[in-house]
Amino acid sequence: MRFKIYRYNPETDKEPWMQEYRLDDIRPGMMLLDALLAIKEKDPTLGFRRSCKEGVCGSDGMNINGTNGLACITLLSDLKEPVEIRPLPRLPVIRDLIVDMEPFYKQYRDVKPYLTVKDPLPEVELKQSPDDRDKLDGLYECILCGCCTTSCPSFWWNPDKFLGPAALLQAARFIMDTRDQATGERLDALDDPFKLFRCHTIMNCVQVCPKGLNPTRAIGEIKKIMVKKSL
Amino acid sequence: MSIQNIERRRFDALIIGAGGGGLRAALQLAEAEASVAVVSKVFPTRSHTVAAQGGMNAALANVLPDNWHWHMFDTVKGSDYLGDQDAIEYMCRAAPKVVYEMEHFGVPFSRLDNGKIYQRPFGGQSQNFGGDQAARTCAAADRTGHAILHSLYQQNIRAKTNFFDEYFAVDLLKDEAGNVLGAFVFNIHTGEELIIEAKTTLLATGGAGQLYRTTTNAMINTGDGMAMALRAGLPLQDMEFFQFHPTGIAGRGMLITEGARGEGGYLVNVKGERLMERYAPKAKDLASRDVVSRAIYTEVKEGRGCGPEQDHVMLKLDHLGTDVIQKRLPGIRQTCITFLGIDPAEHPIPVYPTAHYTMGGIPTDRFGRVVTPVKDTPEEVVNGLYAAGECACVSVHGANRLGGNSILDILVFGRAAANHIIDYLKDVRYHKPMDENSVDRAYERLHRWDRTGDGESVEQLRKDLKRTMEDNCGVFRTRDILENGVKEVHKLQERMKNARITDHSGLFNTARVEALELENLMDVALATVYSACARQESRGAHSRIDFPERNDIHWMKHTLFFRENCKLDFKPVRTKPLSVASFPPKARVY
Repeated sequence: MRFKIYRYNPETDKEPWMQEYRLDDIRPGMMLLDALLAIKEKDPTLGFRRSCKEGVCGSDGMNINGTNGLACITLLSDLKEPVEIRPLPRLPVIRDLIVDMEPFYKQYRDVKPYLTVKDPLPEVELKQSPDDRDKLDGLYECILCGCCTTSCPSFWWNPDKFLGPAALLQAARFIMDTRDQATGERLDALDDPFKLFRCHTIMNCVQVCPKGLNPTRAIGEIKKIMVKKSL
Repeated sequence: MSIQNIERRRFDALIIGAGGGGLRAALQLAEAEASVAVVSKVFPTRSHTVAAQGGMNAALANVLPDNWHWHMFDTVKGSDYLGDQDAIEYMCRAAPKVVYEMEHFGVPFSRLDNGKIYQRPFGGQSQNFGGDQAARTCAAADRTGHAILHSLYQQNIRAKTNFFDEYFAVDLLKDEAGNVLGAFVFNIHTGEELIIEAKTTLLATGGAGQLYRTTTNAMINTGDGMAMALRAGLPLQDMEFFQFHPTGIAGRGMLITEGARGEGGYLVNVKGERLMERYAPKAKDLASRDVVSRAIYTEVKEGRGCGPEQDHVMLKLDHLGTDVIQKRLPGIRQTCITFLGIDPAEHPIPVYPTAHYTMGGIPTDRFGRVVTPVKDTPEEVVNGLYAAGECACVSVHGANRLGGNSILDILVFGRAAANHIIDYLKDVRYHKPMDENSVDRAYERLHRWDRTGDGESVEQLRKDLKRTMEDNCGVFRTRDILENGVKEVHKLQERMKNARITDHSGLFNTARVEALELENLMDVALATVYSACARQESRGAHSRIDFPERNDIHWMKHTLFFRENCKLDFKPVRTKPLSVASFPPKARVY
């Protein structure tokens, strides 16, 4: 199987280039990460992040044949040759497939992604009905891989003003949580022409999310709640 | 960079590792207004806590009657009486409070109709000291670790903890008296070294599942903190006890939570028999993990395995119905669809015992303080050094950990260590001067990899190590196999001296990180095979074919392995709990 992989080490390369690799021993059920690890055996200089190998740690987000995804849960048999692999778009490249995620993490921190309870806390759990808990399904499972945000044209155009789908999904996760008591502040903080409203429902985020989450819908829900609140 | 020009930064507390244990401690310290640095080789939410599935144990009694004393009994019995009963009592008593705290931090636990936290049955749990099955495991679907790790990271954002993300810790720094005073680390992005001077250092670096070829563990689980402790002259305790999880996906290793059996799933052999009825008539599929793993291994060995190679058994969930599976086990359902192309709501899952958890580790007391024998004292405190979680051995898991007790362990003892650090900082107001030789040694360890020329490849050595450990230190062991293991690991260590990397770039040099990780694994491997070779009995996860019985007279004691001359020592089990009567060793049947 043939691969074309983005290479760039600012210490030695003037500009990025694409390196071709060939792997002969492709077994059924092999994931792209297995292939990258096999390539790295031959060429240990190839840089990429990885850890859990099963789609829960979110380390190995990358652009695979033009679409963002996690290498560890992308089947080689689903990929057209040559498989072209690039770093996640629009984040500074540190080296090869490794990007600087800090702008993405900053967006996450900007939405104050932590449960805020103002009342005194009981000595036991805060109660939540199963139905209320169900509202968090599809929101809390995010693994911060960055696939959605870096696939979003609104993020490409306004990376410093639009919060991007991942951070907005987190905002929704706390707005929807019946235990959280900072809903008003959360909504006020998003009431801005860019932060939230630059989402044009292009839905790239939904298409690429490796966990099957739907940030566009979550953003839509926030907008609906905002409208309700302003009436 | 020359060693004199390396930047130095000072903190009250340094935490190495940003999984659940490290982050729980960091939060406690940040809230007490101590200055905290958290060094992690990966961004915190990539830590392996994220992969924990089934849940954490606490006697909340939300579903069935329960109390901490029953939890304590189950944990002592599960440990095959090797666990320290003071630490176990402490953990089981603290469990409910720690769960409620986590809920307040935002963990989206699954809920019961009355709004309380959902709890499911797990292996080795009983009511009333060995009576009916209990339901003690608090769960957020089958993504409990993810929910806990993310919530803790989020709370640390609120508390403004100092994070050194993607920094690699090379070694501990000390003074001549043996006080631990920080660590030598480097920034993986830039390659720049940094000396972190800290009044206290907490190791929370997780386990060493990468010792084995087929493992549920992430690639980052390379025993870094354990190896740092060994190199600092400290022992590792009970390293012969390595847990093989009964249900990893056969041949691949992805974890299928014990919660799948807690929700009603069961194991079948090629004849379709419920095999656990034979091995654990009462608890059946919810017997302890060591028991279930041996049962699967035995079924396969005796020709009752499934598949064309008859090399696994099947975990049946299809009778639970799609609704239960989607609601309670959505994560493992997705994993099966992704990696096997099968939906467990329709088809059974092929499973086989898979390397999962390091019961042994850096010896600590129940305050998280690292302890080591000095002359005639078996447990002398190492000033300034703490350890918590899988890298530590406190010991609450003894010879076999119960499912649902690992997340509990990291949170209880991460928190306890932080509380002790807060007290310690009241007495120790100033940084002590460090022995610059310890800086030199760490610097040399790192820069050894700058050498060029021909040599063994790190990748080949890693493969050989994993194969050696799998072949020589697996579920069932004998003297011959283990002695061969010792010999082979020594050979690998010799070859390691001649290993080279070809990438010498300063920028995000993953080859260098992997070389350092492999060095760590080699030391931990040696500790494991030596300890396993020494223990001439079968207890918990350590099954010797040549010594099939537990021997309480000679072996109810902890093993200690030292790196220098591969020396072994032993110390007694702490059988006296804090307030209740001791649980004396009994035959362990499920």
